[in-house]
Amino acid sequence: MATTNLKINGKEYSVDVDPSTPLLWVLRDHLNLVGTKYGCGVAACGACVVHLEGEAVRSCVTKINRAAGKEVVTIEGLSEHGDHPLQKAWEQVDVPQCGYCQSGQIMSAAVLLREIPNPTDEDIDLAMTGNICRCGTYLRIREAIHLAAEIQTKLK
Amino acid sequence: MTEVKNNMGRRSFLKAALLAGGGMIVHFSWPVGSKAAGKDALEIPEEWFEMNSYIKIGKNGVVTLFNPNPEFGQNVKTSLPMILAEELDIDWEQVIVEQADFYPERYARQFTGGSRSVMEAWSPLRTAGATARQMLVLAAATEWKVPASEITTQQGTLLHAVSGKQAGYGEFASAAAMRPVPESVKLKNVSDFRIVGSSKSNVEVKNILMGKPLFGLDYKTDGMLIAMVVHPPAFGLRFRSMDDSVAKTMPGIKSIFTIDSLTEDIDQNIFDATSFTKFAVVVGNTTWEVLQAKKALKVEWEAEPERIFTMGGRKATFPSGLESTEVHRAKMQELTKMPGNVSRRDGDPEKAFQSAARILERTYTAPFLAHNAMEPVNCFAHVTADRAELYGPTQAPEFILGTLSQRLGLPKEKILIRLARMGGGFGRRAYGHHLIEAAVISKHAQAPIKLVYTREDEMTAGIYRPTYSATYRAAFDENNQLLAFHVKAGGIPESPLHANRFPAGAIDNYLAEGWQIPSNITVGAFRAPRSNFMAAAEQSFLDELAAEMGKDPIDFRLELLERARTNPIGERNDYDAARYAGVLELVREKSKWKETTEGVHRGVSAYFCHNSYVAEVVDLVMKNGIPKVEKIVAAIDCGIVINKDAAINMAGGAIVDGIGNALYGELPFKDGVPQKNNFTTYQLIRMNEAPKEIDVHFVKNEKDPTGMGEPPFPPTFAAVANALYKATGRRFYNQPFINELKSS
Ligand code: FES
Ligand code: FES
Repeated sequence: MATTNLKINGKEYSVDVDPSTPLLWVLRDHLNLVGTKYGCGVAACGACVVHLEGEAVRSCVTKINRAAGKEVVTIEGLSEHGDHPLQKAWEQVDVPQCGYCQSGQIMSAAVLLREIPNPTDEDIDLAMTGNICRCGTYLRIREAIHLAAEIQTKLK
Repeated sequence: MTEVKNNMGRRSFLKAALLAGGGMIVHFSWPVGSKAAGKDALEIPEEWFEMNSYIKIGKNGVVTLFNPNPEFGQNVKTSLPMILAEELDIDWEQVIVEQADFYPERYARQFTGGSRSVMEAWSPLRTAGATARQMLVLAAATEWKVPASEITTQQGTLLHAVSGKQAGYGEFASAAAMRPVPESVKLKNVSDFRIVGSSKSNVEVKNILMGKPLFGLDYKTDGMLIAMVVHPPAFGLRFRSMDDSVAKTMPGIKSIFTIDSLTEDIDQNIFDATSFTKFAVVVGNTTWEVLQAKKALKVEWEAEPERIFTMGGRKATFPSGLESTEVHRAKMQELTKMPGNVSRRDGDPEKAFQSAARILERTYTAPFLAHNAMEPVNCFAHVTADRAELYGPTQAPEFILGTLSQRLGLPKEKILIRLARMGGGFGRRAYGHHLIEAAVISKHAQAPIKLVYTREDEMTAGIYRPTYSATYRAAFDENNQLLAFHVKAGGIPESPLHANRFPAGAIDNYLAEGWQIPSNITVGAFRAPRSNFMAAAEQSFLDELAAEMGKDPIDFRLELLERARTNPIGERNDYDAARYAGVLELVREKSKWKETTEGVHRGVSAYFCHNSYVAEVVDLVMKNGIPKVEKIVAAIDCGIVINKDAAINMAGGAIVDGIGNALYGELPFKDGVPQKNNFTTYQLIRMNEAPKEIDVHFVKNEKDPTGMGEPPFPPTFAAVANALYKATGRRFYNQPFINELKSS
């Protein structure tokens, strides 16, 4: 056990856990931030994607000591009222089926949109292939990312 | 309007009827709270008046509708309340939707499966909505001293045109809740629907996008511990002993023990299916700590002899032994050559085959599949001496309740099962073994626990889609006309045969046989059970037949359906040939079937299952030798569509699922061990393999609604196979097709 200081969604936390504990389980079990999901535990599905210093990482394989003192953003911190362009677009397109994969999808898409403000289908395919949606909402995810790009452009 | 007798159980109104002088206040403890269907914030009234099990109305006119069925992504939490709202005649923006707990005294059928939620809820929910509306009308009539027949309603408002009186539902909710339940009520005409048939967004969408705790795995209570199980690494093995000397000293670990989930005295039902009954259990504070201890636990296994148990009062068995896919294949091949159990014979098929000028014979196979719902198996349980509370993902609480009661020695009414939103299900969660395991663990640990399976635990714990094989034969006369048709289908451990489905009824000489091979690998329902394979095989074979006969594949199917419609063979054909033909005609038109594009290969397929008809046309391209489905046009006849946009979403999802499983899905075995245990090796379809466009069309009619979750799935497999044939000149017989493509 060791104390690790974390900055998540702008808030400071200090947790006493084994430093090799994945960020995913610290978020879910210790901090009650359960929007970040467990799907595979081996970096193969993307359900657990969060932002670490602005980069999309799979929190299931990100040891907590790697996140110490760094900025972490989870789905709960993407926007205060659920009005990030991606969330608005997701809502408008009504993307989810079961919804389990969607926070990971959105967190991956957020990094894509920052890097490529107007992604093509090919850009989306490339950036989003690490995120499985077992319900098969891929077409709506693509549509929503395009829509979010539009919303984001208008905001600028 | 249709007048219907109100045969809703009196019990569903009991609570309202028992009240005197005031409404009923219902409390909810689930932390997420109410969801506004429309606007973000509706003012929550302090008091609710319960009209019946499905509807309560606040003084301010805000209405809460209860979704009785478990939600796993089929959007039933939105579509079922839409049916209630339609007949209640309210403004959807004033609606809050709540998930009902499992409550058999109040709700008729709280089961998600067989694409039957909407179909079976249609009548009861319309009646419930119309009854509540009628009670409001009668309350207003009494107060206003006017005939009830002169009162109309309009989206939550009661109106009396003659006197100009009007009032919101909220004003009469208290009086209405106390009225006796009318004996019969009038239902709306389909043509007057405003909500049913429109598109309403998922009532949970905002909570999903903001990462709110919705799922079983997200659940937490004070003092809750985490539990994980260790199950045998292979089918055919069982627990012998364990060494927990290291594991039990690890940080955060509370206890390590074994449980017997099902004991021998329990009479199981089919949804009690479980691969293993004895588990090593690790209980501790947090998931990660428990996972570490689980890895450190040393468990010894031993060969399991034939397992005998009771199911539905009868003895059932699992054979012993360690099974492998290679052996399975050889055995299945053998069985395809032996006579099967005949379940239908029309005309004289044997003679027709003897006299045939030519016979075409083809065999199709498909592997075991894992469901792989995104949210791994989990369940919260808190069992004390006199009661049990469970919260978790289950499609079929009603089936597990009896078993829970037997296993825990508690009367059914002391067991509360609350229904979590499920991160997918696909049939897997119809099997409630995890509820039993969680409950038995909680009882043993004397603590509230949440049982968590890792992805590996789930993928290797059984309840798979069975592996299947089907051999089709067609006999032609010297003019290349179809004389006879023969299907022999089997699998491990069940036969997928539907003897009375198309093309039975369309061919004079017809023979259907089935066979099965016992196995200790457990299986269960998987999205459109059996149909998902039979459609693939049959619709591929029909395509090959059409080609052999020099006919267009749609025309050929339509010819057969015309025969089945006008002059059917046999007594029992489980489909409506006109509706079947209807979706083929619609897909032909919408896909512009006759038009061809350079480099785009088209395949068609159509199937009827779970009471709905679906035809699909796939457009496939080859990129560097790799097949990619670009577009699908689907035509669906499921009667009245409740929530159009949601239905389109689900059809699209089923089609993507079909493409994925047709091309990539498989779970092979070696010596009883599943050869894949996570998404690193188990290939699921991903974004880059998903089509660019799915174009869904519904046949417009006023038929009562039928299922949507399953029917669009089965036809996809053969549509892909038939397009692959166009692309490569080769037929594809063995799923997953990507293996067959590589082996060329
Ligand atoms: S849970 Fe982390 S990638 Fe799947
Ligand atoms: S919406 Fe169910 S897994 Fe993506």
